[in-house]
Amino acid sequence: MSQEAIHQPAVTKPAPSGTAGASASFIRKHMREYGILLALIVIMAFFQIVTNGILLKPINLTNLILQNSYVIIMALGMLLVIVSGHIDLSVGSVLGFVGALAAVMIVQWDMNYILAGVICLAVGAVIGAMQGYWIAYWKIPSFIVTLAGMLVFKGLTLWVLAGQSVGPFPRGFQLISSGFLPDVFGIKGFNLLSMLLGVVVVAVMLFFGLRSRFRNRSSGHDDEPALFFFGRNFILAAAIVYITWALSTFRGFPNVLVVMALLIAVYSFITSRTTIGRRIYAVGGNEKATRLSGINTERLVFFTFANMGMLAALAGLVFAARLNTATPKAGLGFELDVIAAVFIGGASMAGGVGTIIGAVIGAFIMGVMNNGMSILGIGIDYQQVIKGLVLLVAVIFDVYNKNRA
Amino acid sequence: MTTILQMQGITKTFPGVIALDDVNLTVAEGEIHALVGENGAGKSTLMKVLSGVYPHGSYDGVIEFRGEECRFSGIADSEKRGIIIIHQELALVPLLSIAENIFLGNERAAGGVIDWHETFSRTRDLLAKVGLKESPQTRVTELGLGKQQLVEIAKALSKEVKLLILDEPTSSLNETDSEALLNLLLEFKAAGISSILISHKLNEISKVADTITVLRDGAAVSTLDAKGSHVGEADIIRDMVGRSLNDRYPPREPKIGETIFEVKNWTAHHPQHSERKVCDDVSFHVKAGEVVGIAGLMGAGRTELAMSLFGRSYGTNISGTVEMHGRPVDVSTVNRAISAGICYATEDRKTFGLVLDDTIRRNIPLANLGGIADGIVIDENRELAVARDYRERIRIKCSSTAQEVVNLSGGNQQKVVLAKWLFAGPEVLILDEPTRGIDVGAKYEIYAIIAELARTGKAIVVISSEMPELLGVTDRIYVMNEGRFVGEMPTKEASQEKIMSLIIRSGHRN
Repeated sequence: MSQEAIHQPAVTKPAPSGTAGASASFIRKHMREYGILLALIVIMAFFQIVTNGILLKPINLTNLILQNSYVIIMALGMLLVIVSGHIDLSVGSVLGFVGALAAVMIVQWDMNYILAGVICLAVGAVIGAMQGYWIAYWKIPSFIVTLAGMLVFKGLTLWVLAGQSVGPFPRGFQLISSGFLPDVFGIKGFNLLSMLLGVVVVAVMLFFGLRSRFRNRSSGHDDEPALFFFGRNFILAAAIVYITWALSTFRGFPNVLVVMALLIAVYSFITSRTTIGRRIYAVGGNEKATRLSGINTERLVFFTFANMGMLAALAGLVFAARLNTATPKAGLGFELDVIAAVFIGGASMAGGVGTIIGAVIGAFIMGVMNNGMSILGIGIDYQQVIKGLVLLVAVIFDVYNKNRA
Repeated sequence: MTTILQMQGITKTFPGVIALDDVNLTVAEGEIHALVGENGAGKSTLMKVLSGVYPHGSYDGVIEFRGEECRFSGIADSEKRGIIIIHQELALVPLLSIAENIFLGNERAAGGVIDWHETFSRTRDLLAKVGLKESPQTRVTELGLGKQQLVEIAKALSKEVKLLILDEPTSSLNETDSEALLNLLLEFKAAGISSILISHKLNEISKVADTITVLRDGAAVSTLDAKGSHVGEADIIRDMVGRSLNDRYPPREPKIGETIFEVKNWTAHHPQHSERKVCDDVSFHVKAGEVVGIAGLMGAGRTELAMSLFGRSYGTNISGTVEMHGRPVDVSTVNRAISAGICYATEDRKTFGLVLDDTIRRNIPLANLGGIADGIVIDENRELAVARDYRERIRIKCSSTAQEVVNLSGGNQQKVVLAKWLFAGPEVLILDEPTRGIDVGAKYEIYAIIAELARTGKAIVVISSEMPELLGVTDRIYVMNEGRFVGEMPTKEASQEKIMSLIIRSGHRN
């Protein structure tokens, strides 16, 4: 390491002065992150009011989570793909194909559902890897490769199912989606385990948040103003505690929520705190400079797609378990919901920008709107129009912010 | 002589910054007026005001062109009056032909139908005027940068130009092309066209300019008459930086040790035309504490040599050996080259050097992420400490290390690139055009960093098209031409004439 002191050169220019108000500049810089959280809160509040409180009823909250779980799971992988500067249009078809494969193996071949699940995840990873191979090593545009993949796997789904729906699944397999955390304490009408888990999560979140804040302080990181830090954490903690309580009074945490929360935590950590995550952002930001920094950009893109394939497979299992049947139509158009969620969450089409939390919030915005509009009985026609406009507004907001900065 | 342009009391502010402060600029008819100043001094802003990029009303002051007050609302307005600006970054569409580019937006057409016959014949006339012997149907992408520059000028001529503004036209041209371009300006002058020339190259300015205006910190600090008597470069530099710069290169006592880095019989072929050798049997070595220059014209193969050495990032069918401390090392991937202690700072920092939209803090450790991580987990505090350390040591001027590098000046971006490679811990550092497009003050600081690195025993290779720079900072110079090393000399015995004659004579051999 070159730790020698370098003498100050004799000729200098006065450093440009320019330290604006920390708070104002912080808001400007993080407008997007707070903006989207705020948007979610506003949208939820709106539907909570117009649906006369149905939106946040325990049963509906449970539904909301189950309905959106597969979109969120895929959004995690899609965020990495989009940050690396690519896109994956095939995830909906891959979801459908893997669901079909699972149905054939479990229902028609009587295979053990755990073994079948593992095989399905591996198949998903291989599908992603195959597409990633052409994209990373042959430099074929991901739009084209995955568009081809979308057609291919849509066709293969039909072929595997022979055009029929296949089901039902055994009880154990269904539990992925329709199961809940066991009520070990046996209190009637209240799942204490879930409640405790929720409280522990909040405590851990606050602990790590405060710890990193104090560490940053002591090393002089320019961190967020106290008001924002505590405000953000208070809102998040309150939201989690409320949701936990609501879910606990119904049937407790759905299994899929636990899986999802774990995945969100893991992927959030990977993107923000690991060298792999950093490299993915660098590839999306400037592929050539990253390669000239000694980073194997091809392998990185390859793994990003393999990972996407695996998550699409997981989503396929969750979706099949939820419907309790595999249909040829499963996954139709899902890729668009997933991509929309990631862009609403602040990712940039050009790559290099975006966060896991943003993508998750983006998915929830779409999910809450779907759910709220369905409760209100708004027709699918208007729903599509409104969702499309929300996506457009979110991206316009992004561009506007960027130009103003 | 009559005045063609008078800009009076031009003041332009951006939120929180005064970019131009009561600037006056007067250009006489038929003169070449040079505009010099450090990066950020306000040259480009002034030209944007003049050309209507910043419309009337967004600045204070008066522009008078050919005796009339002008209130341009856009670039189309100023072009109509005959003020044409050619930007540093060329604005040509690479996949269209020369003729299509020249008449883009100004098509020779009747009722929307293009008259190709007139387009081509007029293009031929224009190309003849700028001395470019190419078919009008040649696609721009097939031309070198020098020729593209000439196409831009031909495009300006097609619009009945009265005042031509050139923003650093020669910054990416080699000496021959620069020379041709400057001669062209002199021809225009003879034909009565005035020009404003923005340039960092003082030798060019003193060659062609009639008048020199120096801008500093948004104000015009002096206007020098360059006709007849020779204006000293020292005077210009003093006005630019606001202090006298006795020495453009930091003093240095070379302490040269053992040979660290040795390349033997290095040959690389062009990636598309695989029979063409871009490096042909090149051998050279660098010692500890030594700064070695590689001189040559643009296209001599210097960048190609460096990039092929650095993890085979360029070229195909590469052969030859690289030794560190007398032992052969594997440089077949960038990662292995870095591990072997070799780093390469690119000539094109925006495309190959930096993740522009990312922060200083995240750019610096990119080539050595292991250095700020435990396993695969990044320690953000160590990352910050590293960034702050380099910010202080090599004086990266920024409001915070969380600033995005896209917002830094060229000189400071270059320092971030250097910091990135210093943090990778090299023994051999190859610097490709380390001061391209950066101002005089920042250049000095880069030279000081080079000197300091050499003092600490690093082996340094400097590739540069600016010969005075090579003569100023190196200990030994290799001369490269057409893929081969055609000469080597200690810098003490070198001169620009000697280097040029080696290049020219080696060219004759073929």
